[in-house]
Amino acid sequence: MSIVVGFVPTPAGEAALTAGIAEAKLRNEDLVIVNSAREGALVDKSVAPDDVLAQAASRAAEAGVKATVIQPPYQHDLADEFLDVVRAANASLIVIGLRHRTQVGKFILGSHAQRILMQADRPVLAVKADGAGL
Amino acid sequence: MDFLNPVINGFAVVLEPTNLLYCLIGVVIGMLIGVLPGLGPAATIAILLPLTYNVEPVTAIIMLAGIFYGAQYGGTITSVLLRLPGEASSVVTVFDGYQMARQGKAGTALGLAAIGSFIGGTAAIIGLTFLAPIVAGFALDFGPPEYTALALLGILLVATISSGAKAKALIAAAVGLLLATVGRDIFTGQSRFTFGNLQLADGIDFVPIAMGLFGLGEILYNLEERHRAAKAPSKVSNVWPSRKDLKQASGSIGRGSLLGFFLGILPGGGATIASMASYAMEKKRAKQPERFGKGAPEGVAGPETANNAAATSSFIPLLTLGIPANATMALMFGALLIQGVTPGPQLVEQNPELFWGVVNSMYIGNILLLIMSLPLVGIFVKILRVRAAILAPVTALITLLGAYTINNSMFDVTLVVVFGIIGYLMKKFGFEPGPLVLAFVLGELLESSMRRSLLVFGGDPLGFFGRPISATLLIVFVLVALLPVIRSIAKRKFTASTLVTKPDIKEKV
Repeated sequence: MSIVVGFVPTPAGEAALTAGIAEAKLRNEDLVIVNSAREGALVDKSVAPDDVLAQAASRAAEAGVKATVIQPPYQHDLADEFLDVVRAANASLIVIGLRHRTQVGKFILGSHAQRILMQADRPVLAVKADGAGL
Repeated sequence: MDFLNPVINGFAVVLEPTNLLYCLIGVVIGMLIGVLPGLGPAATIAILLPLTYNVEPVTAIIMLAGIFYGAQYGGTITSVLLRLPGEASSVVTVFDGYQMARQGKAGTALGLAAIGSFIGGTAAIIGLTFLAPIVAGFALDFGPPEYTALALLGILLVATISSGAKAKALIAAAVGLLLATVGRDIFTGQSRFTFGNLQLADGIDFVPIAMGLFGLGEILYNLEERHRAAKAPSKVSNVWPSRKDLKQASGSIGRGSLLGFFLGILPGGGATIASMASYAMEKKRAKQPERFGKGAPEGVAGPETANNAAATSSFIPLLTLGIPANATMALMFGALLIQGVTPGPQLVEQNPELFWGVVNSMYIGNILLLIMSLPLVGIFVKILRVRAAILAPVTALITLLGAYTINNSMFDVTLVVVFGIIGYLMKKFGFEPGPLVLAFVLGELLESSMRRSLLVFGGDPLGFFGRPISATLLIVFVLVALLPVIRSIAKRKFTASTLVTKPDIKEKV
């Protein structure tokens, strides 16, 4: 069993990572840090640079948690493909970050977080960026 | 001061608000597509050709020229930041530029490249200002035999000098010449290769060929790369190079300007070859060549200067002789023809506003690029976030729409699609579309001047060797044609000599 963290280089992503590390330590489970971006574009904000990922891994190591970092690109639908990764890792818990998005924005652009929350077949821990998660 | 009068009048043309606006539009588009790998200046000019129909010739060429030299600036950005050359001419910038970025000196590399590009471009325009009228004056005496020889030499040089397989380039050029013969014979009115189709009777238009081969073909080819992983955006800080960096790079900027200027004039030369030659020269001249590839500022400044200088100076053969030196210039040639202007030695005399307007617009364009390139790097990099799956359909739609609007003819659209498929297959099998388009453009000139001169000579082909200029050009032609044979013989003699490995970089047009 392991804990899967959906990680993006934003405050919400950092908060999810912090919560994920704490939870992994608590449950004494492994941590899988997933950083996924849609393929096709040359540059994507949600791709974490190598140094940020290395830092994330070292933060987990400092806390005494065994962590693996993976960067699988997704093609069409982040929620579906993320949940495939979750199933493959046989996760006991999913940790994701939430950011505020207006009703209209959610209507037009949709929300990956919402879809993960609805579609996941296991517990999801949703964390906010302002530290309210801990 | 007689000489300078038309030059100053040219500035009056550039400073007209419309022309200034189109210059700005041109350099901004150039910069944007320079940033985008896969979409080169030739493709963009081909796609935007229909846009230039309704504006004055000088305005149209100012914009298209802006796209061309603007792309040289833009290509640097992705080379340095992401190790993805936006243009073929900035491939060598990757070696040292990306290393500089990894050392946290991305801003310095970009700043040096922009300053070098500005100096190289401006130096080349000054050279163009003084050299072009001289060349044009010399070429005024050219008759049909000289043009025959010049066109032959131009096609051969483009086919052989440009990187990539020579045999394939020659095949492409031959197909281009064949396509140029389609339509009614200009002397006898006989229909050739029209298959009874009335729409082919006037010959195949240049624009659908260019839009298909460069525009649609390129878009289709790039769609194959739609499954690529995205990279993290990199941050750029401190764009202004320090005084020490500038001092270190000043020599290479000077050398790059000169080298680029002369390589740009040569047919088949151009920005790509100039940048590679400059990198090789800087490495050879350096006191510690081992610094190259590890973030040497000269390795960025030299090639970037050279490619801009070459991009500018490649206008010389086009504007003075009417012979395009590379594929992008062939498109420029086509654009001029559409506007009813025949580029050639008479251009400076008969159309001074156009000639000097275009030349002087490059000063303004370079200043605009220098102003934009340093502070706006971040904004230009944002365009890389657009996925190919979105970008490709939009560009394809614009291409087809543009093809239709030229003559309101669906036949043109069909031609674009057909040539788009041909262009895609050519790219796929390693044929460059450049020689084909160039040979197509020069084919008409070649045929008409050859037949005209044969009429003058009474059908005696040896007459070409009876005139000094055409004889010299033809001898050069024969030499260039035989060069591979001579080289292979020489190689067989000195098999022990060291093998020079060249980087296998395909010209992306």
